[in-house]
Amino acid sequence: MEVLIQNFAYITWQMVVMWAIGGVLIYLAIVKQMEPTLLLPMGFGAILVNLPVAVEGTGVQHVLETLFSIGIEGAELFPLMLFIGIGAMIDFQPLLTNPKLMIFGAAAQFGIFFTLAAASLLGFEIQDAASIAIIGAADGPTSIFVATELGSKYLGAIMVAAYSYMALVPLVQPPIIKLCTTKEERKIKMQYKGKPVSKLTKILFPIVVTVIVGLVAPDAVALIGFLMFGNLIRECGVMNSISETAQNALANLITIFLGITIASQMKAAEFLQVDTLIIIGLGLVAFVFDTFGGIMVAKIMNLFSKEKINPMIGAAGISAFPMSARVVHKMGLEEDNSNFLLMHSIGVNVSGQIASVIAGGLILALVKAMIGG
Amino acid sequence: MRFDLLMEALPVMGTGYLGIFVVTGVIIGVVTLLNKFTSGK
Repeated sequence: MEVLIQNFAYITWQMVVMWAIGGVLIYLAIVKQMEPTLLLPMGFGAILVNLPVAVEGTGVQHVLETLFSIGIEGAELFPLMLFIGIGAMIDFQPLLTNPKLMIFGAAAQFGIFFTLAAASLLGFEIQDAASIAIIGAADGPTSIFVATELGSKYLGAIMVAAYSYMALVPLVQPPIIKLCTTKEERKIKMQYKGKPVSKLTKILFPIVVTVIVGLVAPDAVALIGFLMFGNLIRECGVMNSISETAQNALANLITIFLGITIASQMKAAEFLQVDTLIIIGLGLVAFVFDTFGGIMVAKIMNLFSKEKINPMIGAAGISAFPMSARVVHKMGLEEDNSNFLLMHSIGVNVSGQIASVIAGGLILALVKAMIGG
Repeated sequence: MRFDLLMEALPVMGTGYLGIFVVTGVIIGVVTLLNKFTSGK
């Protein structure tokens, strides 16, 4: 009998809090359907790693730490492999039709750099501030990659914040968009000129982008390379079954392991700190200023262009794909039910995917140069 | 408030944000050229 109850003595209030946090993540995943593929394994994992037996370093602890060292810490294998799947899922056609949309993808990375400054001001060292700031990439694999490369001790909190805010895009963005735009601006209609894009362009695009980013921001070459490799598989037209495997089986498999592996970093002793709350707050700041940056650049462009741009599409430049594009499209329809912004916002949204990877690479290069890493 | 750390981060902030526009500009240029030279192929 004593054997059955001996572990109860090791339960701490911090563990109970982590079980509650795990429960909230599972609730959000199942009931609110927020990023269930990640929040559910993370929630379950948060409970798993905070059981007394787990804390003592038996079985499950060892398994999760092995997964972490192989899949994330060692060579960032999980986020990179997930990027092959994401690349295979993305259709860059709306962007290739109107490449200028990429400007908004770049503009909407403003939150990353604003948050870098804010986190530094709050006392985080540059490598931690940069890792926290990259939550604003609105892109889980990039956040994991950058935080791991920079050796941030806040990986668990960064991951929870990154994936939670990606799921919360439909709640976070609309009030900011409304605050930054007038009703008249939100009503601006944009004509979609669906110019055909040649197959050759679609095939050359991933190769060219990999070479350009590889030359300018070599630290991002693994991320952009795997993303574009996935896209090349999709567009080449001779690897359809592999493209489907990458989009479905590969992405799903990696996602299962990624969520629960991230949870291995959610042990009470490391997670329950004031810094975690600050990081979650800074994550929100990053998303807010990403949205702000994209909208403001669209407004500035409107001062000089004859053909007016609906500034809301600038907000879709954060790479939370495709939630952000849908939010903008829906808001356009709310203002005027004949205002269809989807193709423009999707184009901006996929631009944000590329721009967030470039941002990650540039941050890595600049911070490594600063700390001599 | 750590203004010393903020001053350290400002060059990263400026160079990084500007850098994204430079890289993006290059990609826009190349894609425009690609569209021009590969239309119909």
